[in-house]
This record gives sequence, structure tokens and C-alpha cells, in this order.
Amino acid sequence: MEITTQSLWTLIHGMGFGALYLLAGSGAIALLFHRHSPNDPTTPGSDRLLGIYLSIMAVFAWLAVLSGTYIIYPWYRAAPPKGTVNFGAYPRSLLLSHPATSQWHLIGMEWKEHVAWLVPIAITMAAFVAIQYARDLKRQPQLRYALYGFVVTSLLAAGIAGFFGAMLDKNAPVDGGQTIQLIKGE
Amino acid sequence: MSTRSVTAEETTVHTGSAAAAILSAGIGSIAVAIFAIAADKSASLKNLFSIYKSTGALSGETTAAVVLWLVTWIIFAAIWRKRSVPLARINLIAFTLLALSLLLTFPPIGDLL
Repeated sequence: MEITTQSLWTLIHGMGFGALYLLAGSGAIALLFHRHSPNDPTTPGSDRLLGIYLSIMAVFAWLAVLSGTYIIYPWYRAAPPKGTVNFGAYPRSLLLSHPATSQWHLIGMEWKEHVAWLVPIAITMAAFVAIQYARDLKRQPQLRYALYGFVVTSLLAAGIAGFFGAMLDKNAPVDGGQTIQLIKGE
Repeated sequence: MSTRSVTAEETTVHTGSAAAAILSAGIGSIAVAIFAIAADKSASLKNLFSIYKSTGALSGETTAAVVLWLVTWIIFAAIWRKRSVPLARINLIAFTLLALSLLLTFPPIGDLL
């Protein structure tokens, strides 16, 4: 059982940081709703939980966009040398070489690479507000609305990026580099 | 600390820091979309934004948006630090910017501009 370094990084980016962010997102919505409903008797200590939770999500979001933009994207968009016939090692060129797959790049990747950057901006703001105003969230509905709006939008943006990331990798996987042997065959 | 001062502290919430964070996040988000569209329309801007060659214009577009986001956050936070800012209006502006940025990063819509 083997995996290449490029596949491993794609896995860390998508299934690691990205998927963990999406999983944590539903928890954040539940935490926001539960902690700040009018009937919830929170203590000052438990108020801090939301801020810590959103901060961890912000770390996942930054790791996802930075690894995506600066580690995986250069492999994805690498230009093939002149005369290349097999575009297997050049995902962007592979997608663009066929009308049936070109829109995965022209719409999918073009949207994904930009919309993903809304996520860390939105969630960093949400984490800051949740920490700074931990005790005031229950009494300030507009602060809660801001958190709901930005957390939900960040999840939507992360979902779009995740969906296209999965589909792009299915149609033109980023694969190459050194081979890492995970388990030796018999 | 007296009970009176605790009560006063608890009832007066300076929303300026929150307003600064919320509005600047909206501005940072729309900046991602605007810089992406601008680089798509102009070859010279595309070159200018290519600060890391392997990633191309995406590196500069996102770096510029993040810098703009942080700078506007610092400026608004300095101006509104000890003030109570009406959050309903700030939220409305920030949500509008956020929704627009989602739409404008979608290539078929961004290409219409």
C-alpha cells in the first residue's frame, strides 16, 4: 500500500483540515444556538467554550487555505512542457484538454480557489467576537446574529470548496512526487 | 469593586470592537472577489498580483485582501474602541458584502462585470 507525497498533502488539506472544519461547523451552530438561547443558564466559565471552539475552527480554516494555495495549487496548475501528450501529471491541463471536463476547472476550481478564502476571514472574526464578548452574547442579539451569519456563510463557502475539491480530485487527481510505502505487500 | 460599578460595567457594552471586526470581515471578503475579478480583466494587474510565481495571481489577490481586511480592522477598532456602535446597521452592511462576495467569486457572475 503506497501513497505519493502529492496525494498525501491533498489528503491532509481536504480530508484533514477541510473535512474537520466542516464537521466542527455543525457543532459551532449547535453550540451557538444552545449556549445563547434565553433559557440556557450559562456560567462565566462555559461562556469561554464558544470562543475556544471557534478559534480551533479558525486554525483549521487557515491551515486549509494556506496548504491549498501554496502547496497543492502549484502542483495542480503546473504547465506541461511543450509536446506533452499525456496530461496525467498536469491536472489543470488535463481538465482543460476535454470539453466534458473543462468546466470543472473554469467554474469549479476558479470558484473554489477564491471562495475558500472567505472562510478564514469570517471565522477569525467570529472567534474574536466570541472571545471578546463572551459574557455579552446572551444580552446582545445583534452580536449573535453576526456570529450566526458569518459562521453559516463560512460553512457554505467551505462546503462549496470541499465539493469542488473532491470533484476535481476525482476527475484530475493531484498525484506525484516521492512514493511513500505505508504497508508492504505479501 | 462596588456592586454599583459592577452593574454599570455589565450594562454598558462597548460594541465598537465587535463592529470593527464585523465590518472589516465584510470588507475583506468583498476584497477577495473584487481583486479576483480585477486580475481576471487586466493582464497588468494579474502580473502585479503574481507575487508567488507557482501560485500565480491568486497569491497576490488573497494577500492583498487579507492585508486590506487587517488594516481596516485596525483602523475601525482604533476609531470605535470605546464607543457603542449600532450593530444592526453594521451587520446589514457586512452581510450584504459577504453575500456579494459569495456571488461575485462565482465565475459566471463575476464574468458579467
